[in-house]
Amino acid sequence: MRLFWNITLGGVSEGLIFASVALGLVLIFRATNIINFAQGAMAMLTTFIAFSVLGKGVGYWPAFVVALACGLVLGGVVQLVLIRPVQNKPPLNAVIVTFGLLILLEGLAGAIWGNSNRGFPAAFSQSGLVVGHTSIAFSHFDVFIVVAVLALVVLVALLFRFTTLGLRMRAAAFAPEAARLLGVRVSWLLTLGWSFAAVAGALAGLLVAPTSVFSPTFMDLILVYAFTAAVIGGLDSPLGAVIGGLVTGLALAYVGGYLGGALEPIGALVMLIVVLMIRPEGLFARPTARRV
Amino acid sequence: MIKLRLPGWARLPRQPLLRHLLFGAVGVAFFYVLSISLSDFNDFQLGEVGVYAIAIAGLSVLTGVNGQISLGQGAFLAVGAYTLGELEVHQSINLVLQLLIAVAVSALVGLIIAVPATRLRGPYLAGMTLLLALALPFLSDKYSSFFGGDQGLITLPPNAPGSIDPQRWLTWIQLFCALLVVVLLANVLSSRFGRSFRAVRDNEVAASLAGVHVARTKVIAFVISSACAGLAGALLVLSTGVVNTGEFPLSLSIYLLAGMVLGGAGTLTGAWWGAILVVYLPNQWSQSIANAFHANHLVGANLAVIIFGAVLIVVMLAAPAGVQGGLRWLGHRLVTVSTGPKPAGNISVTLQDQPVSKQDRDGPESDRAATSID
Repeated sequence: MRLFWNITLGGVSEGLIFASVALGLVLIFRATNIINFAQGAMAMLTTFIAFSVLGKGVGYWPAFVVALACGLVLGGVVQLVLIRPVQNKPPLNAVIVTFGLLILLEGLAGAIWGNSNRGFPAAFSQSGLVVGHTSIAFSHFDVFIVVAVLALVVLVALLFRFTTLGLRMRAAAFAPEAARLLGVRVSWLLTLGWSFAAVAGALAGLLVAPTSVFSPTFMDLILVYAFTAAVIGGLDSPLGAVIGGLVTGLALAYVGGYLGGALEPIGALVMLIVVLMIRPEGLFARPTARRV
Repeated sequence: MIKLRLPGWARLPRQPLLRHLLFGAVGVAFFYVLSISLSDFNDFQLGEVGVYAIAIAGLSVLTGVNGQISLGQGAFLAVGAYTLGELEVHQSINLVLQLLIAVAVSALVGLIIAVPATRLRGPYLAGMTLLLALALPFLSDKYSSFFGGDQGLITLPPNAPGSIDPQRWLTWIQLFCALLVVVLLANVLSSRFGRSFRAVRDNEVAASLAGVHVARTKVIAFVISSACAGLAGALLVLSTGVVNTGEFPLSLSIYLLAGMVLGGAGTLTGAWWGAILVVYLPNQWSQSIANAFHANHLVGANLAVIIFGAVLIVVMLAAPAGVQGGLRWLGHRLVTVSTGPKPAGNISVTLQDQPVSKQDRDGPESDRAATSID
């Protein structure tokens, strides 16, 4: 039973990490109908920048802020330079461009920082908390993961629900032509959406790096797990992304805990196929007619 | 503008099969002369060009002609490679039979993946095949006794008949398979199947209204693509001599995609340009470039990856038709070939976007209208 609870706790913190990457995918997909397959690689790059800043001896939190700020800039630049030209082309073009960016960033990171596995420091202790007299598989750092991702989700929800900017962004996503006629600067809001998504990714990178080997490809699997999570959540609902993240995290934790870690990616593939076969629109999205 | 007027006998045959066989025969002669004039190592790389041309041609049919994108091409290469490895380990059977079994197994795996995949559109399919490419290597970790673990399975090069150099014989096998596949694919593309592939790519609803079974068409394209990848994987391990998961990283799938995009999505000739890039860039060109700029070893080790990424982005933004599209455009601008009196029924040829459509450019006004549809 203790194994079960430990696996469950691990699944929750993993799941919230998937949720933060999935949230980035959803923010972009909702606004532009593009899946950003470079979301993980962009997060990898900002985390490596934080790694270099840490190497200068400035402490963890300045590096943390630098990573998020770099995410903000990187997301905007990527959208302006690479995504705008393919925005109105066939959807495959955007897919291919984001894949190109994925491997380009991984190559650049390898050229700058090397391809070897490194360690990345955590903000808080990673040894398990003690409840009663037993140590559980949930550390101070896991608490930080929960708090940070929930804060991110709440901020996104507040932004969209209660601010003019959020209203404009929703308008630009759902009815770009009408929004444009009403004076909303749609294309700039799309850029801003990519920036916000990249910040969510940058946060995820900082949360993943201490718990895994830290190399230019460390976000690859996280990206596909987050994609699974986003699809489960319906790809256009931020809340769905969080629930999808938790579902994916828990399911993969049970697969990994009871059947062996090597089966986790296969488990994710099976989950993705089953969800797409049964409810391609996701478990939490309202089914809509496919636009032809 | 150069105008060429060819006599009637120099005209390409109008039956697709004859025309493709003619190209195939020219290819056989070309590669024979090329391979006997090259050194052993260059022969090895020439064979690899053929192998990757098979994989890229399959991907090109799937993505360029049918409009489905697969990031899992590397995974299907692995399926073909491991199938051949298992056959070599457990029993020694005829090479042709081994290759056919490898093709059949990867086609079967492709079929299993295709059934859910064909219900998906662009980004969903891309994500699913990406997950497939990342997940499949883990199977060999889990069942390491069957798949040979980290060391993988050992394969032996095929025995060459007579006094032929074994490396050269293997290169011939690889190139012959590549030409065979390209001729077969060219025939498929100019058949009813090819037309339905394109119809489904351009508009699924219109295609199904015209009587095309959309799901079946997508499954067929996916199976063709994975069968090609399986054959390529099987031929690849004949020259590397070992099958392990290190041979099939995610980057291989992305290299193949980049090769396809660079050569020109949907063109079989373009697959050869892409294959040349996939073989020579990581092994030789990137090192030469790095040396020329006195780059440090980290840059040298990652330069190929960077260039592949840049190729994907730049080609997609600047010239989505790729090298082959550019060559065609250039060919149309510089040279017009006419072959005496126009044969009737040329309009249908134009609509199928056949490579011989340059014949049509010099025709009367009625044919101009047809080319503008194209």
